[in-house]
Parts: sequence; C-alpha cells; structure tokens
Amino acid sequence: MNAMKNSLKRLFVYPSAVMGIVVALTLVVVAVYAMVTIPYDEAIRLWRGGEEVWYQNPKFAPPAWINLFTSKKYSESFSVRTTDGSILKEVTPGEEGTSTMSASYTFDFFYDVYPQEMILYFTAKFSEKQPFISMEWLTPDGRKIRIANLAIAPKQTYRLSQDEKLKTRLKSEDVIPALFSDPETGELLKGQYQLLITGAMFEPGSDIDVEFVFHGQVYGIAGTDQSRRDLIVPLLWGAPVALAFGLIASLGTSVLTMVIAAVGTWYGGWVDELIQRITEVNLVLPFLSILIMIGTFFSRSIWVILGATILLSIFTGSIKAYRAVFMQVKESMYIEAARAYGASSNRIVFVYLIPRMIPLLIPGLVSAVPTFVFLEASLAVLGLGDPVLPTWGKIIEDANSNGALYRGYYYWILEPAVLLMITGLGFAMLGFALDRIFNPKLRDA
Amino acid sequence: MAVITHTPSGNVEVKKPRSNSTLLRVSRYVTRRLLVLGVTVVVGVYLTIMIANMGGHVDTIMRNEIADRITQSIAANPAMQQMAPEVRRTLIQERIAAEEKRLGLDTPLAIRSFRYLSNALTLRLGRAINMTSDAGSKQVRLILLERLPATLLLMGVSQLFLFFSSVFLALNLSRHYGNFWDKAVVALSPTSAVPPWFYGIFMILIFAGIFKILPFGGMVDSPPPSNPVDYALNVLKHMLLPAFSLVLSSFFLSIYNYRTFFLIYSSEDYVEMAKAKGLPPGDVERNYILRPTLPTIITNFAFLLIGLWTGATITETVFLWPGLGRTLYHAIGLYDIPVIVGSTIINAYLLAMTVFLLDFIYALVDPRVKVGGN
Repeated sequence: MNAMKNSLKRLFVYPSAVMGIVVALTLVVVAVYAMVTIPYDEAIRLWRGGEEVWYQNPKFAPPAWINLFTSKKYSESFSVRTTDGSILKEVTPGEEGTSTMSASYTFDFFYDVYPQEMILYFTAKFSEKQPFISMEWLTPDGRKIRIANLAIAPKQTYRLSQDEKLKTRLKSEDVIPALFSDPETGELLKGQYQLLITGAMFEPGSDIDVEFVFHGQVYGIAGTDQSRRDLIVPLLWGAPVALAFGLIASLGTSVLTMVIAAVGTWYGGWVDELIQRITEVNLVLPFLSILIMIGTFFSRSIWVILGATILLSIFTGSIKAYRAVFMQVKESMYIEAARAYGASSNRIVFVYLIPRMIPLLIPGLVSAVPTFVFLEASLAVLGLGDPVLPTWGKIIEDANSNGALYRGYYYWILEPAVLLMITGLGFAMLGFALDRIFNPKLRDA
Repeated sequence: MAVITHTPSGNVEVKKPRSNSTLLRVSRYVTRRLLVLGVTVVVGVYLTIMIANMGGHVDTIMRNEIADRITQSIAANPAMQQMAPEVRRTLIQERIAAEEKRLGLDTPLAIRSFRYLSNALTLRLGRAINMTSDAGSKQVRLILLERLPATLLLMGVSQLFLFFSSVFLALNLSRHYGNFWDKAVVALSPTSAVPPWFYGIFMILIFAGIFKILPFGGMVDSPPPSNPVDYALNVLKHMLLPAFSLVLSSFFLSIYNYRTFFLIYSSEDYVEMAKAKGLPPGDVERNYILRPTLPTIITNFAFLLIGLWTGATITETVFLWPGLGRTLYHAIGLYDIPVIVGSTIINAYLLAMTVFLLDFIYALVDPRVKVGGN
C-alpha cells in the first residue's frame, strides 16, 4: 500500500501526468454536470427531437463566441413570446365583444451579416370568427414597412422570407436582407428595429399569443447542426458516454485478460493450451470488420458493441505478455510458501498472483482508454454509432455527412474533435507517466 | 503498427544439447506447427463466416429483401398486370425460389457455411452476391484485385516510410539519450493515441478547406489526366494527406518504442564490455545492439506487410480512397458474404504463413535459437 502511495506521489513529478489527471478529472466533472443538468430522458428527447423541439434555433449556426475572432459580426439568435412577458401584449376591449391586441418588440441590430430568418408563431383562441393580424416593421431610419395582414388559424406559422406578397412589395427576392437594408444604397443598416403586431378579435374570450423567433447566424456557446439541434447537448453528453465506454471497455478487457492469463498459467496443461489457441484464432479474426458486421446486421446499441469489443480484445498479444510475467511469478518463493501452507488454487490465483500484476495492469488500463474512446468515434463515423445516444462521434458523422468540411462549418467538426483529442491525449499522457513509474525499467530509458 | 514484442514465439526456445538428428526435429516441428496453424485458420475463417451470417440472421434479412424486390418488380410490370392473381402468385413464388437458389439460400446455413469454408480454404473466392467491380465483374477475386493497387500504394508508401524513418531516427535518438529531440519525442508519443482518420479530418480541414491547396479526397481528378506523368503527379497530390495522416498517427510512438527498445539492449553488460574493449561505436552498434534486436524488428516488419492487405478502413472512408478497406466496408453494408470471407481468408493465410516463416527467420538471424528445439 505504501508503495502505491509513493508511486502516486512520484506521479506529480511528471507534468504530463498532472495534465492527464486534470483532463480526467475535468471530464468526470463535465460528465456529472451533464447528467445532473440534462437527465438521460431529457437528453434523448432533445437529441432525437425534430423541428418541434428546436424550431427556435437557426440551422448550421456557429457558436456565438466566434464574433470575438471575426472582423464581421454575426447576428445572434433569440426568441421572445407574449406568454412569458418577453413581448408585452396589450388587449383593449372594443364594442360587441370585439377586442384589439397590440404587441411590439424592439431590438438592437449592430451586426455585419444579415440573419437567416424571422418567424412568427401565432396561437389563437376563438370558436368561429378567425382573428385578424397585421404586422409592421420599423427601421432605424424611420421607415415603416407593412409586412402582412392575415387571418390566423388556431396555430399559425408565418415565415417572413417565404411571403411572396412581401417579396413584391419590397421588390426583392430576399426578404430578410431587404428588411435590414437601406433601400437607396442596398447596404446593411445598423440600429434599432421594431416589430409591431396588432390583432383584431371578433369574439368575447378570443385571445392571441405570439412568439417571435429570430434565426441569427450564430447560436449559443456550441452552435447548431442540420436539424437546428443545440450542439451543447451532445457535446456535454458525449463526456459521460465516452468516459463510460472507454473506462468500461478498458477495465473489462484488462481485468479479464489478466484473470484468464493467471488462471491459464497457474493450471497449465490443456487450459493454458486452449487459451493460447483461442488467442491465435482471434488473431485471424478481422476485429474492425466484425464490429462493423455486428453494427450493420445485429444492433448498433453502444452496449452490444461494447460487449463485442471486450470479448474480441481479451485474447490478444497482451494475454501473452501477462502470461510471460505470471510464469516468472509462479516460480517465486512466496508462491511456494503459500503452496506449502496449503492455500487453495483459487486463493493463490486471486490473492497472490493477480495483485502482483497491478503495477502492470494500471498503466495498460489507462493507456487503453483512448483506443476505445476513439473506437466508438470511429464506428460512429462509419455510420454505426448508437442510434439513440448523443456522442462526440455522432456529431462528427453528422457534420461529415452534411459536408461540413466542404461548406466551411468548421466549428461543427472542431468542437467534438477537440474534445475527443483532449480526452485521448489526457489519458494517453497519464498512461505513459504511470508506465514509467510502475515499470522502472523504462524510467531510465 | 509498431508493436514491439520482446519475446519471439513461445515454440522457439533456447538451444539445449540434444541427440536427435536436425532433420527429424525440424520436420516434426514443421508438421506440428503447420497442423496447429491450419486448424487456427479453419476455425478463424469458420467463425468469420458464422459472424458474417449472424447465425442465420442475415439470411432472414436477405430473404425478405428478395421477396420484396420480386413482388414489387412484378407488380410494376404492366405486362403482368393482366394475369390472373393465382398465376401471378405462383410466378412470384417461382421467381423468389430461383433467386434464393441463385444466392444459395435454399440450402440450410449449416451446410452452406461448410461450402463457404471449403471454397474459401481452396481460395475459390467465387462470385459476389451484390457487389460488382468497377469493370463490371462479379468475381470476388477481380473485385479485390481491382482495389488492391490503391491500398498497396497508400499503405505501402506510408507504412514503409514510417518503418524505416522510425527505426533510423530511433537509433539516432538512442545514441543521444536525453537530448532535446529525445525529450521531444517522449513528450509527443501520446499523440499516437489518436487514430489516423482523426488527423485526416484536421488535414482536410486545413489543407483542403482553408488553404484549398490539396483535394478533399479521392485518388485522382475526374476526368483523370491522360499523360502518365500528370496522372502520377495527380495521384501523388491526392495521396499526400491520407499518407501523411497515417504516418503522423503512429510516428512518435513508433520512434519512442524503438528508441526505448534500443536503449534497453544498449545497457546490456556485453555492450559495456565491448565499449570497454575499445571497439569503435559503429561496430558496437551493428554487432552488439542491432544484432540481438533483429528478430523483433523483422517481426514488426512482417506484420507491417500483412497490415498492407487489410488497408485502413476508416482512413480510406474519410478520404474516399478506393482501397480494400472501404470495399470491405461496402461489402458488409451489402451483406456480401463472399467478399467478406474472401478478404478474411487471404488475411488469415498471410498471417499463418508469416507466423510460420518467422520461426525459421529467428533461427537464421539468432544463433541461440534453434527451430523446434526443446
């Protein structure tokens, strides 16, 4: 135990080990944070959700912080609604049960790039007579543009860029740039804009609520993908998934390998022979192809893939390395002493043989984590990622299949890639340092 | 790629005096070894066949697909819409049966799997189920051969460069243990935890996306240049990024491993002894350090050569490189068992042959090792 403590103390001498530990701990914190703030069911709902969950977000929007690095500033997205008071709504009753509603929203626009889209979502309460809505647009230079007048259904969506009448009125194919430009010069006009909505209701008890969704060019701290999903969800949730997959696969593989090697060496004879033959057969089996086949034919569930990965990774070269060391340990004096006092085979294997291997096990275990983390990402890139869970690999696959590299959506690839890279390098550095501490033969070299 | 194995195969052991004639000992060993390797290949390939069928699961998928396809093609054929429903139903049944017979689905899996096995073992790779080569052939042999040059080119260039450069640099570093470059390599060796396709994405992003000086993927422009020199240059341009990613991903770890390995051997007593005798450093290196490490280096080189055959599935996919790895991936997607099995059996044979030959090579390069010695 003291030896272990000393080893840990020595760990802090290596800067790479310290960095590795920091990365690992940060990942754990992020993973816990992700699981607490976005519970599993909620994460799945958000990740699998379509337009109905994510209608407020723009598509393919880089994160908002890129404005810090660009000379052109991209407009940020927002959404406001009357139901929570972010748009103030005034209702004035009129004659014979009619009433009028008025709402306005004022916002600053000091960006250099036009937004993607503006959408209004109306919900109306009425029994027979449809309420009537008219919308106006006030520009910083004091122009007042009539946008549209329309009778609304109980649920009505109005997309400004799709309105053909508005296109003719603005004499432009692109509604959004036209609304944000000076009509004389055609240049973008910065300043305070205002959206005015007035509604007429013709029944008592009738009511209108409106939500104004502004799809800018950037969104949040992580950006969005092709289905408007906020990438922060898979980026956060990728951490626990990657950690779980990497650690379970690595722990399962190394511990099982070691136990099987110990049992084989101790009992010898046909048991040992069998293990050696299985290892040779396993060498012939195409590892990645088998995982791809399981993913294609059987199940893409991360747990099935995890199980197959562990099974295929047990009988590899490392079982031979463990065997070689066990062969030496088997002959040592204390094992002989144990045998002499009549310890059972089980006791010798699990209490005397295996604990001796911990120094060999731990560095190998930590170093193997990146392999498995990247394996999950690799399978996802081949389109065999878990269909339900949000993972970093899935983001890369989505980005890749949507041509993010060709179309210049670099943030989309870089965010998960950098996280994967940090995770991989963190564990690799820690593993290297541990290896040098536990296997002093390498330390001088 | 550079897996350092310190111990040669367990069946080769250190020489002890024995009275048996060499020929008898070697032939006994060869027989036993061939038998074991043969059984290994058979079991490995059979397991692959069973996995490629998922224990019959894939048969169900294929049957459903055939039934769907044929029912639809007949329903869509205007000439057959006039037929009586009875006649049409029997026609559909007949066609389905014929198609299942063509794909061998009429025999039970237990029998079919052994037919696949015996065909595979005799290298009769047969015809693909769904895939065709670019030239239009359904022969598995031709499909694989068509893709082989692309994989050999990419993997060959990158892996050979990786091997020779890392052995050479490692030897250099082991001479100057502890200097700046040595420390840099040690510090950079964790970068090899990242797989090549991952570096590939960064490479594409930087050189194809931002600077636009190299292509995003593929092997040659379309249409390809007609002049052979231009063609070669064009392929080279396309190969630069994938080859560089493949090298980069293993580069530092490979150097680090060889360097550590050389250092361990150069701290042996007999090396100290040779130095003390005043032998020139070059001689010490060649005869006392490199010589005993030869078996390991040869092993690594042999496995590297086998690795060329499998290709790099994901790197090829990311770079749209038309190699064997990607073909195999496509074959799986198309349930094309003959192609999967064909690729596996060749790999298995190459592995078995290499493992077998290595024992003899060890005996050749290391006088302490004797084939089949016990």
